[in-house]
Amino acid sequence: MSATGIGAAVRRKEDFRFVTGKGQYTDDVVRPGETRAVFVRSPHAHAKIKSIDVSAAKKMPGVIDVLTGADLATDKIGNLICGWMIHSKDGTPMKMSAHPALAAGKVNCVGDAVAVVIAESIAQGKEAAEKVKVDYDVLQAVIDPAKAQAKGAPQIHADIPNNTIYQWHLGDPKATAAAFAAAKHVTKLDIVNNRLVPNAMEPRAALAEYDEGSDHLTLWSTSQNPHVARLVISAFVGITPEHKLRVIAPDVGGGFGSKIFIYPEEVVCLWASRKVKRPVKWTSDRSEAFLTDAHGRDHVTHAELALDADGKILALRAKTIANLGAYMSTFSSSVPTYLYATLLSGQYNIPSIYCEVDAVYTNTAPVDAYRGAGRPEAAFVVERLMEVTARQMAIDPADLRKRNFITAFPHQTPVIMAYDAGDFHASLKKALELADVKGFGKRKREAARHGKLRGLGYSAYIEACGIAPSQAVGSLGAGVGLWESAEVRVNPTGSVEVLTGCHAHGQGHETTFAQLVSERLGIPFDNVSIVHGDTDKVQFGMGTYGSRSGAVGMSAIVKALDKIEAKAKKVAAYVLEAAEGDIEFKDGKFTVAGTDKSAAWGDVALNAYIAHKFVGADLEPGLKETSFYDPTNFTFPAGCHICEVEVDIDTGKTDIVNWTAIDDFGTVINPMIVEGQVHGGIAQGVGQALLEGAVYSKEGQLVTGSMMDYTMPRAHDLPSFHVGLTTTKSPSNPLGIKGCGEAGAIAAPAAVINAITDAIGTEDLAMPATANAVWSALQRAKPRQVA
Amino acid sequence: MPAVSMTVNGKAVSGNVEERTLLVQFLREQLRLTGTHVGCDTSQCGACVIHVDGIAAKSCTLLALQCEGASITTIEGLAEPGGALHPMQEAFREHHGLQCGYCTPGMIMSALDIVRRNGNDLDEHTIREQLDGNICRCTGYHNIVKAIAAGAKNMPKVGAQQAAE
Repeated sequence: MSATGIGAAVRRKEDFRFVTGKGQYTDDVVRPGETRAVFVRSPHAHAKIKSIDVSAAKKMPGVIDVLTGADLATDKIGNLICGWMIHSKDGTPMKMSAHPALAAGKVNCVGDAVAVVIAESIAQGKEAAEKVKVDYDVLQAVIDPAKAQAKGAPQIHADIPNNTIYQWHLGDPKATAAAFAAAKHVTKLDIVNNRLVPNAMEPRAALAEYDEGSDHLTLWSTSQNPHVARLVISAFVGITPEHKLRVIAPDVGGGFGSKIFIYPEEVVCLWASRKVKRPVKWTSDRSEAFLTDAHGRDHVTHAELALDADGKILALRAKTIANLGAYMSTFSSSVPTYLYATLLSGQYNIPSIYCEVDAVYTNTAPVDAYRGAGRPEAAFVVERLMEVTARQMAIDPADLRKRNFITAFPHQTPVIMAYDAGDFHASLKKALELADVKGFGKRKREAARHGKLRGLGYSAYIEACGIAPSQAVGSLGAGVGLWESAEVRVNPTGSVEVLTGCHAHGQGHETTFAQLVSERLGIPFDNVSIVHGDTDKVQFGMGTYGSRSGAVGMSAIVKALDKIEAKAKKVAAYVLEAAEGDIEFKDGKFTVAGTDKSAAWGDVALNAYIAHKFVGADLEPGLKETSFYDPTNFTFPAGCHICEVEVDIDTGKTDIVNWTAIDDFGTVINPMIVEGQVHGGIAQGVGQALLEGAVYSKEGQLVTGSMMDYTMPRAHDLPSFHVGLTTTKSPSNPLGIKGCGEAGAIAAPAAVINAITDAIGTEDLAMPATANAVWSALQRAKPRQVA
Repeated sequence: MPAVSMTVNGKAVSGNVEERTLLVQFLREQLRLTGTHVGCDTSQCGACVIHVDGIAAKSCTLLALQCEGASITTIEGLAEPGGALHPMQEAFREHHGLQCGYCTPGMIMSALDIVRRNGNDLDEHTIREQLDGNICRCTGYHNIVKAIAAGAKNMPKVGAQQAAE
C-alpha cells in the first residue's frame, strides 16, 4: 500500500479551502445584477385560496415582480414529479396528485409556496411579501398518518380517494400465515418510527441566471444530483430543454438525502430569472428549511416475529402506514417499499416474510429519503423484534442472533434481495469483545450503586447499498437507471482529471477518488483532480446517495482507467518500438517484457498528444476515456453495533456510556474517512433515538420548527465511539466496496432503544426517548429494583 | 444609511449599512468574507461564530453598527498571509474534524475561544460541554473533539486572550 493509495488514511484535499473559509457554497456565489426571491408561504395546513392580491406588494420599494401559481399556469410550467412507480397489490398504479411549484388554488401544508416576490434585496422582498394578501378558506387538516384513511377524514387531493397513494405488499402472505399458525412463540410490537427533519447545516439555496443571448439558463443549486435535477426540470417541469440548462452544484454543506430532490424553489428561480431577465437567488432560512425540506421516516408499524421452541425464526410479518406528506417528493414512493421491506430479513434466515405498506397523504411537509431511507426503518423493526424476542423467550440476545444468522452466500431472502457476501458471526464476535459484554454485569451492579440503571442493546443491521443495478431497479418501478459515469482525462503532462457523475457534500470524493487513480496509475496523489457537480463539465451522472459513490462511482472510474491503460499501452508500444503485447505497466512505468527498455507515464502521456510516433490511421491521438458502469447487484454492508447506556432513575435522562460499532464495508479506500462516516451516521441515529422528532399540532402547525424546538445532538449528547471493521469483499463490483455512508444511522436507533429498554425493564418506550419519555415509561412500568 | 467602521482581520474597513444589517450580512455581503456561514435563524448553530475584540460571538446576533470601532477576526483571518494554517485549522484537517465544511469556520472560531477560556490542556468533557453553541450534522463530533484537543496543545501557550488572534 502506498502512502496515498487504496487503504491509506490520506488527509483530505478538500480541507484547506474549508478550514480557511474559502469553500464556495451556493449562497457564496454572486452574479452581477442578482435579485432575491422571497416566498409567500401558507400559514395554514389545508386551505382553499379564494384570492391573491399582489397589487400592494408590487408597489413596494425594490420590488421587481410578484408571481403566483396563476402566472406559472399561464406560462405552462409543469408539475414536480415522483420518479418511482409503485403498483398497489391490486395491480393499480400509485395515485400521484399534481404538485405545482406555486400553489394552484389550494394549499396542502404549512409552508406551501403561494407566491414569490422578486426584489432587489431580501429585506425589501420580505417587506413586500407581507403585503401580498391571500384570502384563505381554511379546511380541516389530516396530520396523523394512522387516521388519514379513516372514513370521513378530510380529502387532501380531490383525485386521491382516502388519501391513499398505494396499498403495496411484498412476500408470501399464505406461507407466512401458515408459519405463524405453527409457531411456538410470537413476538408482537407496535412501532412508531419518528418523523425527522434532516437539517443539513447549509440551508438549501438556488441561484438562477438567464442568458438571453444564448437562451441558456444556469442554476447553482444545493443538489446531491445535479444531472437528475437538470433532467427533471427540463423533461418534466418543462422550464427549458435539457441542452439549454446547466446545473452547478458547488460545495454543498451536507445533504443526508434532503438535497436529492427537486424542489419548487429551484423551478421558481429559473422561471423567474427568465421573466425578469436578471439572476434570481433564493436562500432558505432555517425556518423555511424546517417547513419545506423533505422530512424523513414517519412510519407506523405493527410487526410480528414467529419462532419455534428453539428460537429459530419461522416468519416475519409487518404492516406499515407510511406518511408521505402533502405531495409526493422525487423518490418518496420507493422509500417505504423497495428500500424498506426488502431488508426485513435482516441478517437472519427467515423462511417467510410478508409486508404490507399503505402510503398516505397528510397535510404535512413531503417525506422522502433521509440517511438510510427505509433501511433504518427496517433495521429498527427487525432488531427490536429480535431483542424483545430474546427477552420474552429468555435467550441471550447475542445467542438468539447467532442461532438465526445467515451463514452461506449467496443467500436469497424471501423479499427480493440476494445477499452475496458477509460474515455476521465475525462482526458480532468482534463487537462482543470490543464492548466487553462479559464485564457488563459488573458494570451494571456498579451503576446501580450510584442510582443508575445500566442497559445493553444490540443492533445487527444489514443494508442494501451501491444503488443500484439499473435493470433491477427498473423492474421495481424506478424511472431512472442507477449506473454511474466517469471520464478520465490524462493531460499531456501526465496529470489527470477525473470527471464523475457522483457529487460530494462531505464524503471526501476529491480525496478517495484521487487515491484510486494514484494507486492505479502510479502517479502522485497531488497530480489528480476530481471534477464533479457541473452538468456542463460532466456529461451525465446519477449523483450521490444510498452509499453508492464508492461502489458504483469508483467502479466507473476503474472501468475508465482500464481503457486508459489499454490505450496508453498502444502509445507506449510506439514510444518503445515494441509489440503492444509485450508492454507491461506497473507503478507508473511502461516496460517491454524481458528488456530494460522503459517509458515513464509522463512520456507516454505527452506522446499520446504530440502524436509524432504514430499516424492517426493506426491510433487516434489523445488520452481520454469514458465509462458508464452499471453494478450487477446491490451491495450489502452489515455489522453489529452495541450501545451501553445509563439511565438516571430520578430524571429519566439517558447517557450513552459506550458505543461499539463493528462494520463490514468490504474494501475500504480511506479508513479515516470511513470512520468519520460511521461517527456521523451514529450521531444521526442517536439523534432519532434520543432527541429528534418532528411534531405537528392537530391543526398542522410544525411545533418543532426551529433548532430551539427540534433537538439535534450536540457534542455533549454523544460519547466518543469505538469503531472497527471486519471485511468480506463485495463480489458485485471490481473494487469489492460495499459503502459506509448510512450504516451508523441504520444501526443506531435500535441499539439505543434496545439498551434503554434493557435498563428500564419495559418495552413501552417510543422514540425519541427523551428524559421525559424514559421517566414516564419508568413510572408506567414500576421500575425494577436496583441495588 | 449610516456609516460603520471597524477592523476586520487586521484591515480597516468601512461601509454604509441599514440599521438592521447584521454583522454576518455585512461580512458576507459587503466585505465578501463568505467563510462565515449562516445555519439557523435562532442563534443555535454557531456556523457564524467570529471574534469581536478577541472574544467569540455569533455574528448573526450582532448588528453591524454595534461593532463600530471593534476588531473583528473571521475564519479568513487565521492563517498566515503566506498560507500556513493556524494550529487549530491544521488540527481540524489532521484529525478529519470536518466533512461538508459548513459548520467548520464557526467550530474553529469557537474552539479558539475554548482555548482562551480554558487554556491549552483540554479534556474531552470540557470540550464537549464548551462546544454547546455549535452544531455539526456530519461528524458526530468525535473527530472535532480530537481536533480541538490537539489544536489547543499545538497553540502557543500565551495569555489565552491573544491565543485567539
